[in-house]
Amino acid sequence: MSDAMTDTGTTRMNMIQAINSALDLCMTRDPDVLVMGEDVGYFGGVFRATAGLQAKHGKTRVFDTPITETGIMGVAIGMGAYGLRPVPEIQFADYIYPALDQLVSEAARLRYRSAGEFTSPITIRSPYGGGIFGGQTHSQSPEGIFTHVSGMKTVIPATPYDAKGLLIAAIEDNDPVLFLEPKRIYNGPFNGYWDKPSENWSKHPAGDVPTGYYKVPLGKAAVVREGEALTILCYGTMVHVCTAVIAEHNIDAEIVDLRTLVPLDIETIEASVKKTGRCMIVHEATRTSGFGAELSALVQERCFYHLEAPIERVTGYDTPYPHSLEWAYFPGPVRIGQALKKIMKDA
Amino acid sequence: MVASEHPRANLQPLTLHVPEPKFRPGDAVDFVGVDVPPAGEARRPDTAAPAREFTDLAYTLVRVLDDDGRAVGPWDPKLSPDVLRRMLRNMALLRAFDERMFRAQRQGKTSFYMKATGEEAVSIAAAQALDFEDMCFPSYRQQGLLIARGYPLVEMMNQIYSNRGDKLQGKQLPIMYSARDYGFFSISGNLTTQYPQAVGWAMASAAKGDTRIAAVWCGEGSTAEGDFHSACTFASVYRAPVIFNVVNNQWAISSFSGFAGAEATTFAARAIGYGIAGLRVDGNDALAVYAATQWAAERARTNAGPTLIEHFTYRAEGHSTSDDPTQYRSAGEPTAWPLGDPVARLKQHLIAIGEWDEERHAAQDRELAEYVKAEQKEAEKNGILGHGLHQPLDTLFDGVFEEMPWHLREQQAQMMAEEEASGRPWARK
Ligand SMILES: Cc1ncc(C[n+]2csc(CCOP(=O)(O)OP(=O)(O)O)c2C)c(N)n1
Ligand SMILES: [Mg+2]
Repeated sequence: MSDAMTDTGTTRMNMIQAINSALDLCMTRDPDVLVMGEDVGYFGGVFRATAGLQAKHGKTRVFDTPITETGIMGVAIGMGAYGLRPVPEIQFADYIYPALDQLVSEAARLRYRSAGEFTSPITIRSPYGGGIFGGQTHSQSPEGIFTHVSGMKTVIPATPYDAKGLLIAAIEDNDPVLFLEPKRIYNGPFNGYWDKPSENWSKHPAGDVPTGYYKVPLGKAAVVREGEALTILCYGTMVHVCTAVIAEHNIDAEIVDLRTLVPLDIETIEASVKKTGRCMIVHEATRTSGFGAELSALVQERCFYHLEAPIERVTGYDTPYPHSLEWAYFPGPVRIGQALKKIMKDA
Repeated sequence: MVASEHPRANLQPLTLHVPEPKFRPGDAVDFVGVDVPPAGEARRPDTAAPAREFTDLAYTLVRVLDDDGRAVGPWDPKLSPDVLRRMLRNMALLRAFDERMFRAQRQGKTSFYMKATGEEAVSIAAAQALDFEDMCFPSYRQQGLLIARGYPLVEMMNQIYSNRGDKLQGKQLPIMYSARDYGFFSISGNLTTQYPQAVGWAMASAAKGDTRIAAVWCGEGSTAEGDFHSACTFASVYRAPVIFNVVNNQWAISSFSGFAGAEATTFAARAIGYGIAGLRVDGNDALAVYAATQWAAERARTNAGPTLIEHFTYRAEGHSTSDDPTQYRSAGEPTAWPLGDPVARLKQHLIAIGEWDEERHAAQDRELAEYVKAEQKEAEKNGILGHGLHQPLDTLFDGVFEEMPWHLREQQAQMMAEEEASGRPWARK
């Protein structure tokens, strides 16, 4: 699975530890990599993803910032223009909006407008998604806003193994990458059954993470389960929810974890849907103009004559993320199960 | 390529300055570096004076209560004992409320809570100095405004529990209140967005020839956001009748005030560049907070323009129930804070003027604790978070728009069908 490994050991990691390990490795290998953001320095981040990095790599390479996301993004772009490789953290994806102009008009367009004279080799890390009773400003899934922007990549890991390998690949990439971390699965592969105890990563095969350097290439999806009955396109937390739901319904689905939304692994998607003849798309983000709409259009354009049922989209509702009705909002096992019944009706 | 004529190799290497707080976990704390001018020393300019005539007030501290609890100097608001006792009571009530609700979160009755411990004077004394009709745009740490304005504790608790009595239908994170009838704007989770909004409200009031003014609060960390600076520019340009409050409690989660610029200057001094009045105030001195707010309100009401007040205080506890401050700051800081405790200082003043005593204070604390407990019992009759869903499911779709478009109606129907299929007993309560 990995391209390059010198250190061949592995160890049990949760997703936070895997991200921390990727940052540490990149900083050790490349003196131009630096980490910045609100509370990431001495404290090591509100989710502890940067813990220990300042003590090890020093204050000028791992530092706290003023609370201004516009500033964080603009400063990262300027450091990138100098030749550094900044990895800014936005504390919650819900707080990325003040940085929108710097991200959309600047980072994503710098290469194009300067004909390659200046680039933005930055990786913006940010926890996203719900399921933690965070209310509307600690729960959003804004990926669709950013996949709509040309010139930046969007990556979402679903396991500790992928989180580390993808983050290393993102940091080494010379274009701006938005690296969204599904915070509900930081500690374990939450399967959507909120009222049952959750597992942690120690029992999951993808919680076994190489301690050394490896990359998971951007733009490559993972078929996490092969199957014949239908294709499920998903990413982040929903990979684990979908895996649990098809087991419950005993359906031989093929589950594709997209891992990178832009650039998308269209070959894997096309091959899978042409094989199964059915396609269901699952994301936590709101429905209208969500990334599922793009996936649905692509599948329709490329696989229409292979489809045996209309494409199903299972998503969060088009409302702000509620606090107390969190589990009514979340596209969990019941909603996915109903969509499964619908799409498999004539099978 | 055009090269500069400097022999660069001979130039001194640059260095990057990264701020560092004086104390970290395990360090002994002494705040000798914090300059505390004597009470009564700061002058009190005329509220109509041009801002440039009193820039010195952005660098000192307006203080009224001295070490012996006496009110001294030109800023003494000369309040009646009744008003003083009301403020003391409200501050003590706020503290009792915070303690109870923090405990409720720890008991699993809700998901989140934030205390204002050590900062009680900032909101309680400001509310006392403003008119009830003036509009407040708070951050998440000004629950004292609601308490001082007489908002029912039960309503606050209903919101904290997201229960069936919650007027916000469980939609918001606990403590993100909204109370329009009490002149309290809906709290946002996104920092400092309320700043330009308060200016807009004040401009509207001025444009309409109204007499009401606006007041807005944010933490010192939040002054870094662009919204803070947009607000200052608008307020200056249109001389908006608004009071900017910056609550400098020294910490923004784990980041000390140096990461918001405090190593170089004060937060009150931000006003100077914008040409607006700036006051720096002892935020643990309820009389100073009252006097500064009253002064700024008079300035705003007489069309003399906005004022920025820095409240110099200390966040005595964690940022929120999600935070553990022992991870990043010395445990000795809260007790070593040179400006003392706001409740203790106002109490000392009332005792000094013969209008209060220890027995009455202890009795009041007991009474307030009982009162908060009784209100909590009342609120819990409406349920607590985690004991089932208290909101009718279809409220999820209320309030996205005034009228529900087809796609939301469709999704609402889908949700109800999903609920039927789920057989989840908790959802039907
Ligand atoms: C736009 C935005 N960025 C980041 C956050 C996360 N956050 C919440 S509170 C906080 C610290 C604010 O500190 P300060 O302004 O000093 O207020 P205090 O908590 O001390 O009252 C941060 C970074 C947020 N809520 N909104
Ligand atoms: Mg603060």
